[in-house]
Amino acid sequence: MSGERTDVVWLGSPAFPKAAEKALADDRLRGNLRNATTTIRGKRARVVGERPDWAELRDAGAAIKDATLADLAGHLERLEAEVTAAGGTVHWARDAAEANRIVTGLVKATGETEVVKVKSMATQEIGLNEALAAEGVTAHETDLAELIVQLADDRPSHILVPAIHRNRAEIRELFARQVPGAPADLTDDPAALAEVARRYLRERFLAARVAISGANFMVAETGTLVVLESEGNGRMCLTLPETLISVVGIEKTIPTWRDLEVFLQLLPRSSTGERMNPYTTVWTGVTPGDGPQDFHLVLLDNGRTEALADEIGRSALRCIRCSACLNVCPVYERTGGHAYGSVYPGPIGAILTPQLRPDEEVSASLPFASSLCGACYEVCPVKIDIPRALIHLREKAVDAKRGHPSAERAAMKLAAWTLGNPRRLSAAQNVASLTARLPLGRPSRTWPGRRRIKRLPGPGRAWSRTRDVPSPPPQSFRRWWREEGEEQ
Amino acid sequence: MNARDEILSRVRKATAGVQAPEIPRAYAQTSPTPDLLTLFAERVADYRAIVHQVPATDLATTVRQVLAVRNATRIAVPDGLPPGWTTGVTALSDTPPLTPADLKDCDGVITTCAVAVAETGTIVLDAGPGQGRRALSLVPDYHLCVVDAAKIAGTVPEATARLDPRRPQTWISGPSATSDIELHRVEGVHGPRTLEVIIAT
Repeated sequence: MSGERTDVVWLGSPAFPKAAEKALADDRLRGNLRNATTTIRGKRARVVGERPDWAELRDAGAAIKDATLADLAGHLERLEAEVTAAGGTVHWARDAAEANRIVTGLVKATGETEVVKVKSMATQEIGLNEALAAEGVTAHETDLAELIVQLADDRPSHILVPAIHRNRAEIRELFARQVPGAPADLTDDPAALAEVARRYLRERFLAARVAISGANFMVAETGTLVVLESEGNGRMCLTLPETLISVVGIEKTIPTWRDLEVFLQLLPRSSTGERMNPYTTVWTGVTPGDGPQDFHLVLLDNGRTEALADEIGRSALRCIRCSACLNVCPVYERTGGHAYGSVYPGPIGAILTPQLRPDEEVSASLPFASSLCGACYEVCPVKIDIPRALIHLREKAVDAKRGHPSAERAAMKLAAWTLGNPRRLSAAQNVASLTARLPLGRPSRTWPGRRRIKRLPGPGRAWSRTRDVPSPPPQSFRRWWREEGEEQ
Repeated sequence: MNARDEILSRVRKATAGVQAPEIPRAYAQTSPTPDLLTLFAERVADYRAIVHQVPATDLATTVRQVLAVRNATRIAVPDGLPPGWTTGVTALSDTPPLTPADLKDCDGVITTCAVAVAETGTIVLDAGPGQGRRALSLVPDYHLCVVDAAKIAGTVPEATARLDPRRPQTWISGPSATSDIELHRVEGVHGPRTLEVIIAT
């Protein structure tokens, strides 16, 4: 299941509609997702509602990120100087292969063949575990959900909770089978499952000599790195080993220490729906007698500078990986994360993946994996206008295929002409009501009493292939209004 | 061109002519709640930590009592902790440094804190006196933290303003927890499974 992967996307990932069709047929997956996203939406709403200044926090978060990006080169140079002055070593990686080479080289130089890892999107993105394995180094994921994914040889399906597609019964079954020393009478109580992970990983933490992490934020003015987490596996990895290697995307920079006050309020509330996450670790280079004495920071580009050059697309680089947009997305809730074919699923993935990896097959379809309902924009703590970026990337995808007449473009033109004049609209609705000859399918779920159209004729065929189109009502609203109005 | 120069040059090219916006900071800097101590106690308890409030004069007695209730006798102790707090128990000094195995096998650790945040129920340790290195409050299964009421800030902005980013910090909000199974919070994974807080007024 884990499959081969280039960086960012899994090799051979089909276009989104095809992958989504398969996911939609999986009732258990949809049930698991609905439960989980409903829970998290409620928690988030409660703690966000507590803050009367939420709008102001979002304004500040968005502006800080934009200010960072506007002078990113300057901030990165400052960051490098500060980390170096504090005893760390800074490396630069143009792409995934270069980052993997650097990290693998650093691990091999220590002579170790096992490393412990803190959950990190950047190392997921570059496929670091696979690169290490190819060089004979075993990477142990220590985040509970990452451990579940790793033990099941599965793919992550959510930014924050990679195993969100698994319910407790499935996890119990997996642990009973895969974790050495799991009790024979293991129940599916989440507390019992967490206890299994604690026992399994404790010895590894205490023995580990090399750890690999990402970071949520890098403070340029002081060279300070910040990791937010819940379980304590992050603290274990960031504190106990002798060598720490952090792989971080260049856009994770923030200019000043003061700026962190904004994100420490935005991120926990948006991601886990807590006032504050249980643990945050803050470190600057090397501190004698406290924590790793050998610290390496690998700054990763891997397509980010391409996105940065796009005036609208660059807003995706504000992302702080909270995953609030996944939890509110009606498309994500129904398809799950795997359908996106990328380590970055959901609405943010739909605008990030095509920019980081424009040439992959799945990338062309991702900007269309949305109903443009705008819920993602409303919850985004750094106000990324995801719908706007989606439309922008759709235009780019369409432009890339220019030369073929686009059915969607023609349909939109026709719609504009029709809707622009009441008489034309009325005439069109009458025609639509006469479409009794269209092939009708199963009953529509959204429109009681009506049936779905199997497929529209002509250029509408492609459109109706992936959508439930209800048959038109026998009478248009306008006609009903006219007739009812006359009776009164 | 080496990777560093190439990335920086790509960044400069991508951002040529882009103006940095002003940062609006209209969000709350201070808490509207006058009673920060009560707010802090409530918010820490929300994370299912155990919370006590005692007059500073009763501190040593309270520490001894809560340790006795837990049958905790071998306690890791950072440098700079008031010695009166650990009378009656075996205090394991971290000078020279305790090994990870020592920390795993002891009954707990006592620390003070650098700052606390009332609105979020957070304790921040920065390796100052009475706090020790980061591993000390991590590996033992029980963490007893004494919070001097004067250390309680109302908000996150007030707390970050009091802290030095160049010191290693651990922000602690309740015992270790996970929400990785169906997004239900479970307390107690890799960090201390029990967090007990004594607020000294």
